[in-house]
Amino acid sequence: MTTQLRTEPITVNLGPQHPSTHGVFRMRVTFDGEEIVDVEPIFGYLHRGSEKLAEERTYVQVVTLTDRMDYVGSMLNNQAYMLSVEKLCSIKPSPRGVWLRMIAAELQRIASHLVAVGFLIQDLGAWGTPLIYTMREREKILDLFEMLCGARITNSYLRPGGVFMDAPEEFWPAMDKLLDELPARLDELDELLTANEIIFSRTKGVSVLTPEQMINASITGPMLRAAGVDWDLRHRDPYDFYDQVSFERPLHHAGDNFARYWVRIQEMRESIKIIRQCERLIEPGPVRPHHDDVPWLVRPPVGDAYAAIEHSKGELGFYLVSDGSISPYRCHVRAPSLINLTLLRDMLVGELLADMFVSFGSVDINMGEVDR
Amino acid sequence: MNTAFLDNSWFRNIYCYLAGDSASCADRGYSSGFLPAGLEWLGFAITAFIIIFAVINFALGAVLVYIWAERRMLGRIQNRTGPNRWGPFGIFTSVADAIKTLFKEDIVPDDADRLLFNIAPIIMVFPVFLVLAVIPFGAGTFVLDLNIGLLFVIAVTSMSGLAVVLAAWSSGNRVSIFAGMRSVAMLISYEIPMALAVLGVIMIAGSLSLGAIVEAQDVPFLIVQPLGFFVFVIAAQAETSRTPFDIIEAESELAAGYLNDYSSMKFGIFFLAEFLATIAAAMIIVTVFLGGWRGWDPIPSHFWFFAKTMLVLAAIIWLRFSWPRLRIDQILSLAWKGLFELTLINIVATGILIAIWPEPTYAQLWIMAGINWAVFLVSIWAISKLLGTSDYARDDEGVHTLAYPVAEDELPDDLTLSKGAVR
Amino acid sequence: MIGIGLLKAMKVTMKNFIRKPSTIQYPDRKVGLSGAAKNEGESIPGMVSKTPGTALKALAGMYSVPVNVPQNQRFRGNEFTWYEDRCTGCASCAKYCPLGIIEIVTSPGGFDVQQGESYAIDVFDIDIGRCMFCGLCVEACPYDALHMGSRFERSRFERASLVIPIDELREALKQPSSWFRPQFEERKYNPFKDEHIEDHHRAGRHESPSAGELDQRWVKER
Repeated sequence: MTTQLRTEPITVNLGPQHPSTHGVFRMRVTFDGEEIVDVEPIFGYLHRGSEKLAEERTYVQVVTLTDRMDYVGSMLNNQAYMLSVEKLCSIKPSPRGVWLRMIAAELQRIASHLVAVGFLIQDLGAWGTPLIYTMREREKILDLFEMLCGARITNSYLRPGGVFMDAPEEFWPAMDKLLDELPARLDELDELLTANEIIFSRTKGVSVLTPEQMINASITGPMLRAAGVDWDLRHRDPYDFYDQVSFERPLHHAGDNFARYWVRIQEMRESIKIIRQCERLIEPGPVRPHHDDVPWLVRPPVGDAYAAIEHSKGELGFYLVSDGSISPYRCHVRAPSLINLTLLRDMLVGELLADMFVSFGSVDINMGEVDR
Repeated sequence: MNTAFLDNSWFRNIYCYLAGDSASCADRGYSSGFLPAGLEWLGFAITAFIIIFAVINFALGAVLVYIWAERRMLGRIQNRTGPNRWGPFGIFTSVADAIKTLFKEDIVPDDADRLLFNIAPIIMVFPVFLVLAVIPFGAGTFVLDLNIGLLFVIAVTSMSGLAVVLAAWSSGNRVSIFAGMRSVAMLISYEIPMALAVLGVIMIAGSLSLGAIVEAQDVPFLIVQPLGFFVFVIAAQAETSRTPFDIIEAESELAAGYLNDYSSMKFGIFFLAEFLATIAAAMIIVTVFLGGWRGWDPIPSHFWFFAKTMLVLAAIIWLRFSWPRLRIDQILSLAWKGLFELTLINIVATGILIAIWPEPTYAQLWIMAGINWAVFLVSIWAISKLLGTSDYARDDEGVHTLAYPVAEDELPDDLTLSKGAVR
Repeated sequence: MIGIGLLKAMKVTMKNFIRKPSTIQYPDRKVGLSGAAKNEGESIPGMVSKTPGTALKALAGMYSVPVNVPQNQRFRGNEFTWYEDRCTGCASCAKYCPLGIIEIVTSPGGFDVQQGESYAIDVFDIDIGRCMFCGLCVEACPYDALHMGSRFERSRFERASLVIPIDELREALKQPSSWFRPQFEERKYNPFKDEHIEDHHRAGRHESPSAGELDQRWVKER
């Protein structure tokens, strides 16, 4: 008598209440042993209807909604939305306001990348130590935001044509202090993580995506740059005053988890350089156009506009359609988090359970933005 | 009556106090005990009960203090303060936690196999207490000096794997089953290097008894047996499933692994067993490799033992919160391709040395230490080469040269878009 | 060789182990002997001799000192500051609020020197249970009557008591945040240094003119 040893795949539901789904993401995963056979992402648990809500708010009120889309990148969301409104209404922004929002956006990019790196390493199982180090640095950036606009996460700092209020006097020395010590802290993080053999062996060669695949799926941001495609909207299609500052675009050739992590670490260093240049180039002046040019209640002409920025997670665009009233007729968000998830199945199939959440974390999504 | 127990000075003191007029206590000078003659068996039983009671309660208290210490140290490593609210420096935090755990609702899932589900925590905690029975806490202070002590330790600790599998299986939870599969694979793999790592020590000491091993350590076996120490520490980390081997309850992957469905005191017992296992592992490391209770004379031997244990525990905590977790395949390949070979090298090297000096003197031990260190460094280097640096070590050139400076402005020519639709 | 990076990681964590904690303890802070003595207003030997119990408590790390967490002056706290004398009841704030959580009921018949006849405000309720503290109401207020508050400890056990009624707004400590109020920043006013602005004249963008000045400007010169 012979007995056939039979194994069968098991399907496990991971999420929405799972400690490392970065919010309320759900995956129905089929495993063969520890190996992933199939992944079915299910999202929508954090859907708040932001796009619909925007249709019954005035253009300035929508800023508060954009804060809550990607809540670790509020300033960048504000920036993308305001660029779109300015394009729709043909508003000429005040230079000082633009510089200020560039500084705010780059600070936010550092903060967002710090969160991404911290949580990526947390998913690797580092018991929170690197996460707390990155969060500690992020807190200092949030303190700066509190100086600028009185809030740490839900900033609502930007207004059509600039920012709502000039930076206070104590902001500049505080920012200088932060920028002085941040490189050292990043080096420390590098020493803790980048040279670490465990991280190296866990992330190298895992979940490799080719440039072709990613361009086909219109994936943008650090994920794309990690595969060696030099695509950065700040450089390709400069908005604000990004054509006046110079910075390098760190690229990696591998397209794996380590490359995505590495690109983010390097981009933080580049953001510091950009902020330094902005600080040098900024000049006194009004931070937003006069009320006569841009009224409190913006009423754009009939038409539509799309403006996109290089968000910390990819290309973030706002498409606004105006029917001439005080609120947008339609507001559509091109959310990088959602679109970067497109290839999740290709990334995960064939990998092991342990790498699943690492790959998921390396996409750096934010459920607030995925579900909106 | 088993007179072997009377070698134990701790046991003997209490026993002779209770039933002093027996012949074996003549040298103690106790003229008579409380108990009348003929009731020596009762004195024996009471003494045994007192000692077991003391050791178990000491262990429970040590766990609470250890959890507190770990959280405080974790706090400082992570640039925080750590718990400091309850009691002096927050030392009652874990007591409060224990009380909270005790009063929580005890949930047994519908799909669970009730018997196994309830029995698993007991199987988990039982062997850890058994391990404490053979550890000498100081000169003459032990519950029992088994002549096969080390073998007993290795045999008993492998029970924890069974408990994890039972807990995982009986929960009726698919995520828990992953933890069960992992524990089978990992705990069994690491039994082997762990057992082989101490073979060198046994060869030099000439005994399996932990008391005799301590006696034999004129030079701590950390110095004489670096390779054995290295492998044993790593295997002990894996056996107690601490970082970087904590895949069994990998928080970011399996939520809480096999503990997913446990609540209340059953969870508490698992928790206790886990931390107690770490303490026991540290105690065994101290006993086998760091000279046990031996120290310099005016200070009592118990102090040396506990000071060394705390040092080892601090190192374990430090390690735990510095490193990320390894993957299951890497852990297994480390055990079978790395540690297994290292132990074999160690056994051969030590065997040859023991063949040359069957009963090494103090000076000969130092010579053995020198040779063993050379073997240690060479073999570690060789194994890391064999395991493949591409997997484990850093590939500097690949990262930096291609990434910096930035690539040319245009998209590379060979980057053509494929026509296939995106899934 | 394997392990160099791991040792480096351990070096970094040890460096942080020695470093002072970067967190702030809130709402109170455990202090040692010197901190306790400072809080009691005594020298260390003085405290030890006078109140040995306190000294022992401090030594055991059980003596706590309340902590006041200073925020930035623009910080948008969850208590609003409202000057009834400045408010005309125009309800711009209510209209501008993205969530519509400000309820204003007015009745005609109030009188304001600056503006002439105005409305008496009967109800001015802010439901901070739904408020997202965007501060757009403050931005909309044409008379600088409504300000964000700087306090942040208004947590309650019931949803109903999260509504700030007009009476509470009237009686509240006037510690406005300088969010969208550059005049406060020019004056170096900082609510977190226990500074109050009780006088509603000082809360506006310009000093309110006196009745005589208004009379001169609007009646006699015309």
